[in-house]
Order: sequence, then structure tokens, then C-alpha cells
Amino acid sequence: MTRFRVAVHIVPRKGLLDPQGKAVADALHALGFAGVADVRVGRHLVVDADATDARSAEQSVREMCARLLANPVTEDYEVAGVSVA
Amino acid sequence: MRIGIVTFPGSNCDDDTVAAVARVGATPVKLWHKDHDLRDVDLVILPGGFSYGDYLRAGAIARFSPIMREVAEHARRGGRVLGICNGFQIACEAGLLPGVLLRNDSLQFRSEMVRLRVENTGTMCTGLYEAGQLVRYPIAHGDGRYTADAGTVERLEGDGLVVFRYVDAAGEATAGASPNGAMHNIAGIVNADGNVLGMMPHPERALDDALGSSDGLALFESLVARVAA
Repeated sequence: MTRFRVAVHIVPRKGLLDPQGKAVADALHALGFAGVADVRVGRHLVVDADATDARSAEQSVREMCARLLANPVTEDYEVAGVSVA
Repeated sequence: MRIGIVTFPGSNCDDDTVAAVARVGATPVKLWHKDHDLRDVDLVILPGGFSYGDYLRAGAIARFSPIMREVAEHARRGGRVLGICNGFQIACEAGLLPGVLLRNDSLQFRSEMVRLRVENTGTMCTGLYEAGQLVRYPIAHGDGRYTADAGTVERLEGDGLVVFRYVDAAGEATAGASPNGAMHNIAGIVNADGNVLGMMPHPERALDDALGSSDGLALFESLVARVAA
């Protein structure tokens, strides 16, 4: 077993109203970042977990997302990186 | 009649709910989140509050409390469950009700009296109200924007499972009447079997005109009448 560090992004699903993202986008526009088209505010989680290899560490975190870390009704997730912890 | 009220770490409406249950002549039974036994209650109320600090998502962690396994089993057997505010969020996270409660569209925590229209008088909580009756209950939440996929909302509407809707003074469900941006101004829903009901407003805080409204009394009286029937 090796300890892996798996980073995962969880963001509100595109198309759903994200009031936090909208407020941040408005603030960025106010600062002069006119090119900002859309902002969504989500969560970034870093999970350290023991697994036989990187693939199974990632698979395990995907299952955690499906069952707890993300709400399947409103959120999407993507694994941002897998490395040896 | 025995009505269980669950206390999670961070619940803060449990004692108000105990008082409401006692007020209508039922026996309140306080249940602890670590309990494994519902102690023969006829109905379980998941009260308001901020269980587990709303970590991850409101209600997401509470559903793993030992007592929730019993509550889910109770619901599967047809047992009655009422989720109020955080209890509604927990019931959704536990899959006892469809959908999810997201951050209010205003991004503000809203603590105020709201006006609701009773949309379905056939539920365990609304038997003593008139169809279309307007009632006033307080709300106090930051995450109350009811959201579900389009098919689910269509089914809720088509099957009459929307129980309460936020409305304006004229009784219309306008966008401005919703304190949180909920789809279709939904404030409360019931499952298809009719045994699990969730709502964001607080009927247990609307039992006395001196506190702004006594419209919540009929909800608890309806519950007692239905469970006793």
C-alpha cells in the first residue's frame, strides 16, 4: 500500500444558479476584469488515502464524491490530481 | 401518542419543538443522535438548527448519525417523519425526500416572517387547514433554495406533493415573494407515500400571537389528529 494524495474539485453544475459565483463575477467586473464571463464557486478537497496504486486511489475518491462529497443533484466533480503523498 | 424529536450536535430548535408537541397534547420523546432506538415513537421530527456546523453541505453529515439509520428504516416501513428547516435539509441529503436546499439566492441568511399558501390539505401536517389558506410562519435559514431536476419538480407539481409555497400578500407565488429563490416558490414538500414531509419555515415558532403568529398550532394539531386516526 502507498499513501496517495488525491485532489478533487466540486463545483455547482453549469446552468444552475450559483449566487456566490455571480457575486464574485460582479465584483471582478467592478475591478475592471471585463473579460470575466462566468464564475462558479465550489470546493477543493485534498484526500490522503492508502491504496495499491494511483488508479485505485482515484477510483476510491470518485466513489467518495458520488456517495458523499458531491451532491449528485446539483454538483459536478473532477479529480484535479493524484500524487504520492 | 409519542413524538420523537432528534437532537444532533448543532440542533437548536429541538426544545421549541418539544414544547410544540406538548402543547397539542402529545408526549415528546427526546432522541439523541447517537441513539440506536426510536423508543416506540409514532412520529419522528428532525428539528431545525445547524447540525455538524453545516459542514460540507447542510444536512450532509447528520445523515450518517446512528439515529438516522433508524429514522430511514422507520420511514421505509411507512413511519412518519417531519423535517423542519435543517431537518428538511437532512431528509433530502438522506434521500428520504427528493431535491436539495441550496444557498439562498440573496446570499443572505434570512430571518423573518413569511407568508405561505397551503397547497395540499391531504397531508399529515395540513389536515386542519383550508385549501389555499394563507398562513404566516417565521423562517431562519441561509440554505433554503429548494432545487431539483426538472422532471422531479414536474412530478411534485403534477402529483400535488408541494405542500407549502411562498406567496405575497395577495396570495400569489411571485418571484419576489420567495425569500430564497426556491424553484416554483416551494417551501415544503411531501413524498409520494405521504409519510415524509419537509419544510423550511418554522411552525414551532408560530404558536402564539404574542410572537407574531399562531398559525403553526394547526400544523401540530393536524399531526396529532392524523397519527391518532
